[in-house]
Amino acid sequence: MDLYEYQAKDIFANYGVPVLPGAVAATADEARAAAEELGVPVVVKAQVKTGGRGKAGGVKLADNPDETQEKAEGILGLDIKGHVVRRVLVTPASDIAEEYYFSFLLDRANRTFLAMASVEGGMDIEEVAATKPEALAKVPVDAINGVDLAKAQEIVKAANFPAEVADQVAEVIVKLWDGFVGEDATLVEVNPLVRDPQGKIIALDGKVTLDDNAAFRHEAHADLVDKGAEDPLEAAAKAKDLNYVKLDGQVGIIGNGAGLVMSTLDVVAYAGERHGGAKPANFLDIGGGASAEVMANGLEIILSDADVKSVFVNVFGGITACDAVANGIVSAFQLLESRGEAVTRPIVVRLDGNNAEEGRRILTEAALPGLVQVKTMDEAADKAAELAAQGA
Amino acid sequence: MAIFLNENSKVIVQGITGSEGSKHTRRMLAAGTQIVGGVNPRKAGQKVEFDGQALPVFATVAEAMEATGADVTVIFVPPKFAKSAVFEAIDAGIGLAVVITEGIPVHDTAAFWAHAVATGGKTRIVGPNCPGVISPGKSNAGIIPADITGPGRIGLVSKSGTLTYQMMYELRDIGFSTAVGIGGDPVIGTTHIDALAAFQEDPETDLIVLIGEIGGDAEERAAAYIKENITKPVVGYVAGFTAPEGKTMGHAGAIVSGSAGTAAAKQEALEAVGVRVGKTPSETAQLAREVFQNLG
Repeated sequence: MDLYEYQAKDIFANYGVPVLPGAVAATADEARAAAEELGVPVVVKAQVKTGGRGKAGGVKLADNPDETQEKAEGILGLDIKGHVVRRVLVTPASDIAEEYYFSFLLDRANRTFLAMASVEGGMDIEEVAATKPEALAKVPVDAINGVDLAKAQEIVKAANFPAEVADQVAEVIVKLWDGFVGEDATLVEVNPLVRDPQGKIIALDGKVTLDDNAAFRHEAHADLVDKGAEDPLEAAAKAKDLNYVKLDGQVGIIGNGAGLVMSTLDVVAYAGERHGGAKPANFLDIGGGASAEVMANGLEIILSDADVKSVFVNVFGGITACDAVANGIVSAFQLLESRGEAVTRPIVVRLDGNNAEEGRRILTEAALPGLVQVKTMDEAADKAAELAAQGA
Repeated sequence: MAIFLNENSKVIVQGITGSEGSKHTRRMLAAGTQIVGGVNPRKAGQKVEFDGQALPVFATVAEAMEATGADVTVIFVPPKFAKSAVFEAIDAGIGLAVVITEGIPVHDTAAFWAHAVATGGKTRIVGPNCPGVISPGKSNAGIIPADITGPGRIGLVSKSGTLTYQMMYELRDIGFSTAVGIGGDPVIGTTHIDALAAFQEDPETDLIVLIGEIGGDAEERAAAYIKENITKPVVGYVAGFTAPEGKTMGHAGAIVSGSAGTAAAKQEALEAVGVRVGKTPSETAQLAREVFQNLG
């Protein structure tokens, strides 16, 4: 889960990383009140989980409360790369003497963590990495030994931080590491990390990604979920423990196993090129088990998406035999009917693998309304795309 | 031969008494795997019955190895306890640890990987969040269905479980030396490259099928490795061409961020080193079949 800047900074503060005070505002009036309380000038910053806010006009300086209100009005509701701004962070404008960059992240290739630091902060770090790679220090961090003061000093040295801030930066790095580990983060990024004219080091911005797999040991992380920003279908799926991602097409997809479902999306998109550009409407992995209830919940979520014109159920019977999956589909139809949501859109089913013939026989005998069986994944994708194009 | 696992492998199951552990122990036994016992500190000294076969339960991996000569462990313990289970396997010096458990925090995986490296790398870790390793007709360490196909000359390495099954099914008439499901997590113990290297050395493997998916740059690194080190033919498939940026597709590692991790980039990297890449699983199987038939 990616966090908003203000949430990231709250975490920084909890671990003793110096940040500026600030207030989150959902309306221009709240922003004005925040400016009055914090004292002007202030910076009004769009809270969105994407980069490039400044360029998109999502960060503005305001010299007085009136101007704060005006700037907040302009920023709230702004669409930044598909993310609509629903909150702004109001924070005192600070004078900056120097800008640096710092992050801890996962280094997949080396199966360890990495500290990245640069004294060329404030700009796009990808650009620094591409144009001046020597200015970006990359220091591997051992997952067990972690970052103590000595390690932090090694990082500071590798990045050539000026001598007058070296000790302070090293201390901040240790605290950021504590937060990185303590919160089970996969990314902690400070860009910029600044030195103010008085020589103090401050994390002026913050980006944190938390590991969802670690939620079991961080009860408080549940409160960081921005329920208002969630897609309603994704939220409903989550409540039913379904692994669902909403996309913008017309063919609903249900499959078992993440890789197979991703592959199904591709095959449907290719088929759609022959059928009026039909595209997959979602990613939904019902896992290995594929019980009747999971199948019913999955179908229910997908059919509640009004954009869906056809559904493709793509199951490879591995651990679960296809006859069990077929029975699951039959029960799902009954279950949905009993919930008053009879299936009215066409459903294409492809069963293959373990006990596929028995599974197909069960579905043939059940003669479910609108259900078509197709033998291979490619042909089934084609059929589902064709039906979606007809239904559109 | 085969890789990582053969008919002589002696397998123990950590979490043998749990629901997943016991279900799959039964299936692994049915596939002919030599399972010699299980580990659960709270049930040490007991026996568990599997279709007439009583398997001893030990308190620790080290005790199980001492008593049975086990050289492979399959780990089914829940995410909360997975880190200490893998540490235990590493400390016991077992040769292969297959971590099936899904949902292990990446800090835990990074820690057990670091521990494995720091203690000399005696234990090969496969996974986590993977379907395991199968050498059809010989042994099955994990949850890959053993009845899809039999032994043959194809080596398969894949991030995805069900795509592994699908590909084995499509090529069931040829069969497999070994199929390795390496898992879709951001940090994994055995990579595409490790499996490629082992298949290159395996006299029972003539053709390698590599299945990747979006996220990270493992496929790009595998391509670079193929160029330098692999002389056997490789056929590839990558899932996730239509996945949008910033949305995690089921596997914790399957996410396109910025320009990195796209399926198109992976396909390009593989094709640049002579790997034929299929557009769909069935086209990939077709390519593999053609290449195999041309081997003579």
